Amino acid sequence: MPTATDAQARPRTHRAGTVPRTRRRVHSVDRPRRSAWVTLLAGVVMLYTLVPLAWLVISATKTQKDLLGSPGIWFSGHFALWDNIRQTLTYHDGIFGRWLLNTLLYVVLGAGGATCLAVLGGYGLAKFDFRGKRTVFALVVGAVAVPTTALAVPTFLMFSKMGLTNTPWAVIIPSLVSPFGLYLMWVFASEAVPTELLEAARVDGSGELRTFVRISLPLLAPGIVTVLLFTVVATWNNYFLPLIMIKDPNWYPLTLGLNAWNDQAATAGGQPVFNLVITGSLLTILPLVAAFLLLQRYWQSGLAAGSVKE
Amino acid sequence: MRTKTVRHPLGGLALVCAAALALTACSSSSTAGSGSGPVSASSLDAALDKGGTITVWAWEPTLKQVVTDFEAKYPKVHVNLVNAGTGDKQYTALQNAIQAGNGAPDVAQVEYYALGQFALGKSLQDLSKYGASDLSKQYSPGPWNSVSINGGVYALPMDSGPMALFYNKKVFDQYQLKVPTTWDEYVDDAAKLHAANPNAYITNDAGDAGFTTTMIWQAGGRPYKVNGTKVSVDFTDAGSAKFAGTWQKLLSDHLVAPVTSWSDQWYKGLGDGTIATLAIGAWMPANLVSGVPSASGDWRVAPLPQWQQGQTASAENGGSSLAVMKSSAQQDLAYAFLKFANAGDGVQDRIKGGAFPATTADLDSQAFLDTAFPYFGGQQANKIFSDSAKNVATGWQYLPYQVYANSIFNDTVGKAYVSSTTLTSGLKAWQDASVKYGTDQGFSTGR
Repeated sequence: MPTATDAQARPRTHRAGTVPRTRRRVHSVDRPRRSAWVTLLAGVVMLYTLVPLAWLVISATKTQKDLLGSPGIWFSGHFALWDNIRQTLTYHDGIFGRWLLNTLLYVVLGAGGATCLAVLGGYGLAKFDFRGKRTVFALVVGAVAVPTTALAVPTFLMFSKMGLTNTPWAVIIPSLVSPFGLYLMWVFASEAVPTELLEAARVDGSGELRTFVRISLPLLAPGIVTVLLFTVVATWNNYFLPLIMIKDPNWYPLTLGLNAWNDQAATAGGQPVFNLVITGSLLTILPLVAAFLLLQRYWQSGLAAGSVKE
Repeated sequence: MRTKTVRHPLGGLALVCAAALALTACSSSSTAGSGSGPVSASSLDAALDKGGTITVWAWEPTLKQVVTDFEAKYPKVHVNLVNAGTGDKQYTALQNAIQAGNGAPDVAQVEYYALGQFALGKSLQDLSKYGASDLSKQYSPGPWNSVSINGGVYALPMDSGPMALFYNKKVFDQYQLKVPTTWDEYVDDAAKLHAANPNAYITNDAGDAGFTTTMIWQAGGRPYKVNGTKVSVDFTDAGSAKFAGTWQKLLSDHLVAPVTSWSDQWYKGLGDGTIATLAIGAWMPANLVSGVPSASGDWRVAPLPQWQQGQTASAENGGSSLAVMKSSAQQDLAYAFLKFANAGDGVQDRIKGGAFPATTADLDSQAFLDTAFPYFGGQQANKIFSDSAKNVATGWQYLPYQVYANSIFNDTVGKAYVSSTTLTSGLKAWQDASVKYGTDQGFSTGR
């Protein structure tokens, strides 16, 4: 990303035009030409991304009263973060903890399961030939285009007939299906796992399962992490599906729970707890931030796969 | 209770789903009704003695105490109180469960404006067979009118929202404003206040269907006429025109704060004096106490301004009822709970919790009238609310698909708040869209 030194770089390149021989700068892949416009744009995008986060962090340090009585983007006198966290964790008999565990359950089983299925399916589609492969391809690409929100109500009716609504399964089972993850794994596996390697393994007498576990899986690791990140984020943030499926607050994920707290402010006799909603939101994004920080190095190495011929 | 206020990006979508399901779905659900003959009090007692479990979907916070007391009185009955979402979210869930044919509760909280939708969709049990009609004298006319639909009684009123004007006395004193008794004076105050302090507004309004319909209600407008499946919508009557004309002045001169009700900004404005009045239901005090503690002592209550000097007309803003679902297999128990909560001991529980009653005995009781509100500087505000409850104008009806109609309010009337469209043409657009939807749903509609 361009840095603050850009401001100085600009007049220099300007002069470079008038006195080309003496001040010429050599641009290479390592030292790309700096563009003030791109820097500016990046700065705006950065602000756009970071300001809400800063607002969230700052607001989480305020009491309900200060939240409404002090300017939004700076701290108020009273630092209430620890108190807010304590209140968030204990409000309504500590149901926030329960919601956190629910979300973890949905993520571990839903996103974990979705990743497993995507890896198995994607690998199979990439490395084995069978009849109807093109049909499967069309189906998967088509499925990517269907927003899950559009399927929510029909899914609800189906699950209701099966007696699964208002149970954790109603959230977990639909989360298991990730057409995008499957597609990604498919493309990744065809690039990252050389067919020659599989042939060599087969010649050496390795069974398909053993080949998959010992040879393909390590090669697929960056792709798996990518799919895992996508599905984890999708499941962690899932709102509409649980909204339709789950009625019992004891099975709410964090998204629904925090929204229910937020709605209290709009209820006759209900108590506005904006400070807890905000602190809860901050606590909710922390695990996602941690997941990204921990997994990003696998992810980065994975994104470059296949781009350079070795 | 409150009027529809929660806005979520997906809320609209959920609503459309609900609306689409609304009328087609509801007809298929009635299965478990326990006969059609009258049910005596003794058979209710027998049901209570036998016991069982009922599920109640409600978001009203004081019901927790009601459930505790109900279970203490009838130990064999277990009440599973579930907050399945507030307002529209709960209605969507209810419609989905009705459509699916299972998963619906035994008892549901339904706001008055949404009651017609569920009653005419045949999702609710007519409570006449339990003798609910005999309870009519126990309730003030506004709420009772709301639960009486097509000759049946489809719910028992839980609370009511006779309107009053809440105003910030500190702000009024500071700028030497007169507490308005008519809406014309209100507009004058609005101009004076905003001229004196450009940050201050007489009130907020970002386009709220519930507020608009209740204002038209008070002005004598009766835009909705419902008779069985015959529905008419007409926002060109005199009452609607009175409202649109007066409110247009406030909008054109930018004299109302463009702040959405119930948002954090709204609470902030109520606290720091930049939103100086609220014309809203009598259930508001509890929300001021919990939501705007910093302004305690600043606020007072006055009767709702009138459209003509000397009148006393009022309207119902919000308010909700408890209804028995037709699909419930425990209708007797469900009704017994309803009676306890809304006509029996539960009423006191709820008043103690800060709810505003719908029962005349409580509205008229000396203890209730004499209650001094420390938040309002010791004012006996219930006297104003109680008068307002008696003066609720009669004859108001909501559409049998009001939940849907309210959901398209911002796409039609709402334009007047953000563009140069007038309220009158916005109301016309709302009317046309409502008529069209009604026709599509199989109602015979017209003007």
